Amino acid sequence: MTQAFDAAAQQTLLESRARMALDLARRLGADACEVGASVDQGVGVSVREGEVETVELSRDQGIAVTVYVGQRKGSASSSDAGEASVRAVVEKALAIARHTGEDPASGLADARLMATELPDLDVHHPWPLSIDEATDLALRCESAGRGIAGIKSSDGASLSSGEGVRVYANSHGFLGSQCGSRHSLSCMLIAEDENGMQRDYDFTSARAPRDLAAAEAVGESAARRTLQRLGGRRPATGRMPVLFDPSLASGLVGHLMSAIAGGALYRQASFLCDRLNAPLFPDWFSLGERPMEVGAMASSPFDGDGVQTRDNVFVRDGRLASYMLSAYSARRLGLETTGNAGGARNLRITAPLESREALLARMGRGVLVTELMGQGVNGVTGDYSRGAAGFWVEGGKIQHPVEEFTIAGNLETMFKGLIGIGDDIDTRGSIHTGSWLVDEMMVAGG
Amino acid sequence: MTSQTHAMLDEATAVLLTPGGLDLAALDAGLGHAMGPGIDYADLYFQRSWHEGWVLEDGEVKEASYNIDGGVGVRALAGEKTGFAYSNQITADALAETGRTAAGIVRHGDRLGVAPGVAMGSQARYAGVDPLTGLSAEDKIAMLKLADRVARAADPAVSQVSASLTGVHEVVLVRASDGTLAADIRPLVRFNVSVIAVRNGRRERGSAGGGGRYAMQRLRDENVAERYAKEAVRQALVNLEAVDAPAGQMPVVLGPGWPGILLHEAVGHGLEGDFNRKGSSAFAGRIGQRVASPGVTVVDDATLADRRGSLSVDDEGTPGQSTTLIEDGILTGYMQDKVNARLMGMAPTGNARRESFAHLPMPRMTNTYMRAGHDDPADILKSVRRGIYAVSFGGGQVDITSGKFVFSASEAYLIEDGRITAPVKGATLIGNGPEAMGRVSMIGHDMELDTGIGVCGKEGQGVPVGVGQPTLKLDELTVGGTQS
Repeated sequence: MTQAFDAAAQQTLLESRARMALDLARRLGADACEVGASVDQGVGVSVREGEVETVELSRDQGIAVTVYVGQRKGSASSSDAGEASVRAVVEKALAIARHTGEDPASGLADARLMATELPDLDVHHPWPLSIDEATDLALRCESAGRGIAGIKSSDGASLSSGEGVRVYANSHGFLGSQCGSRHSLSCMLIAEDENGMQRDYDFTSARAPRDLAAAEAVGESAARRTLQRLGGRRPATGRMPVLFDPSLASGLVGHLMSAIAGGALYRQASFLCDRLNAPLFPDWFSLGERPMEVGAMASSPFDGDGVQTRDNVFVRDGRLASYMLSAYSARRLGLETTGNAGGARNLRITAPLESREALLARMGRGVLVTELMGQGVNGVTGDYSRGAAGFWVEGGKIQHPVEEFTIAGNLETMFKGLIGIGDDIDTRGSIHTGSWLVDEMMVAGG
Repeated sequence: MTSQTHAMLDEATAVLLTPGGLDLAALDAGLGHAMGPGIDYADLYFQRSWHEGWVLEDGEVKEASYNIDGGVGVRALAGEKTGFAYSNQITADALAETGRTAAGIVRHGDRLGVAPGVAMGSQARYAGVDPLTGLSAEDKIAMLKLADRVARAADPAVSQVSASLTGVHEVVLVRASDGTLAADIRPLVRFNVSVIAVRNGRRERGSAGGGGRYAMQRLRDENVAERYAKEAVRQALVNLEAVDAPAGQMPVVLGPGWPGILLHEAVGHGLEGDFNRKGSSAFAGRIGQRVASPGVTVVDDATLADRRGSLSVDDEGTPGQSTTLIEDGILTGYMQDKVNARLMGMAPTGNARRESFAHLPMPRMTNTYMRAGHDDPADILKSVRRGIYAVSFGGGQVDITSGKFVFSASEAYLIEDGRITAPVKGATLIGNGPEAMGRVSMIGHDMELDTGIGVCGKEGQGVPVGVGQPTLKLDELTVGGTQS
């Protein structure tokens, strides 16, 4: 990278600022305090039609302080982690805590739960990349895509590379910090036929540069995806099976996790309230998290409360085995924290996997969905209705692209109706899954 | 230059520049660093914002937060190339470092000068107040508790109430190499109520909210706590009765106000200058052509007093304007920032917006709405034999290249033989922008703007926006229900 970033020095500095905030909060009258601080630095280069379009250098920092006075709480944050700013933030948090109401559930997580095992999870792989090298990679990516016959123009290729440090500390004496990196390369292309223009994209993303897909492969894949969309029609309206591409199946896992998150449960804003141990999925399906997985996208030994993370199983043999709880939401529900303040980390599915061809053959006639649009997911009722694009499948084979249709159902029914998972696992994000075949949904098209 | 403009500049200077030892004259030198060899335009964007949020749950304000953000973003342009860097320090050193970094986008060419800063007079579209002061903490908490009491008293089915009060005080200053010098003080407040109602084991949500660019007192004076609490409960109770929505193509009647999100998605994004310069929009190259039914006139208007999407000046220092995008069905204009306007040989329209100093500006919408027509809303409903009447929406999305857009209803009803019958569950509606606008067959005389709740996302940047429209009939749209 072109800006020097001394991660170790930043880590030391942020740790000292966090300790300073804790000391100050105690001296100014807080009974307990917690501090989160971070610094991130990165470079982003985008090219379009063979020319550099933007070069962005980013450097963000932040500090957030929560103080507790008795059972009252106040929070304040700033984009400046300088000493003067730390003082202002602590004072403001205390001022707020004078006005908020008593909350019997408020406070830090129990001291005995603080993480003590803090291994290096190998998630920091800085990329000493010059602007010229970054530009070259983006250009090679775009050029490979534009070179495929039928591509009309490019909406650009972008390379971004960043690293950062985050620190969490609280007045139990816990202090955890982690350096991390993330790099990605993406490309979006446009094709046109007599029916109009279509665009699609592809990307690669990883903690370590060596784990990124080749620039040319990303561009070529973006071109294939774009060309496949030409000639899209609306599918027939009716009930039929739906196969979700892996990148969209991970979204279904996300909806499940939102519905079993403590915050949604204690607010009664979930269709999965009071469903612990209920069968939600077929009995061959299990889902868990691997927060200590070395080198993975969401690895961390401690959660947002400083609690030791652990390998939780959320769905075991189809049954809802655990909610996803922070210290606060656990207290609200009369349960124990699951070490999930800040969410789940590295979700992995255990199930028999099938090839894409086998899933299509089992589906027979239906739609393979490769894109979803809009926010039509109701977490309170589980009702699901979203815009979609993809491919029409008949006789177990892909026939032609389809677009401008919706798929609708209810998440609970969809989870129960899961009849197969693909071996085409998408490992780019923190949720790893293959395609999901759902037995029946309502498709509304022409 | 008006005395108001002077006062605004003085305040912005005091807040943004003075603490770091800078003054307006020092910005010429700061810009000089960004005007490196080959750079033909550069700008400095200074910003400081204070954000406050109060949240009520279980009848108690258990949580409140305060955030201070600020810094300077430096942009250097060379033709279609943009270099960008930013710093959360506003000092001469930071300007030099970020300026040189941004200018590194090109390394050779002529060195151009910086035109002297001239403060242009622009009309204020809202009062430059700090919305966080004025109401005491006790007053703010009292408003939230009132919303809770009203919602719980409204119906025994109400089981959960959450309410929030947020305010942002923002001060910005723009100085560009073309002589632009502008400042703005932008208040933004919002009150929101969300309830869960439970009956016979069924659980539904209802929510309501609104706000604008004014002081928090106005929220109290307009009694929004009580109004939005009642509205949220009403919506939750309607949804408790909702039956499954139909699936397939049918006529859709959209209510006035917030359903204007249709325009935002179906045409708004597709008319932003950047997409049209690049030719990636389904509307590219179509100025002067028919893109909607006769009678359809769509404007983007930053000049509406005190509205959530309004701007006295945009984030490049151009005064906010009202731009007619579609007039009587004919495409008449795009929304532009300086960069895209210059590259397309058009004039900027005051639509340059950025989430913060740490983000690049882009052409964005402000308040986008359709002007009133002549039809009686009752006649519009009567004209539909079987269809959907949608009055509230969750959100939407568009693929500007193919023109496909969606928006998701959160309160909708069946229309049978011209009458509104049962409420239906939320469903996503999908269409193609230019096609859908050609299917607008009736336009009500009841134009309304939304209550002030919109956030528009583009390339990861969120900005506050407004929408509006009269009651509207589209002859055919695909409704994503579950019943055939």
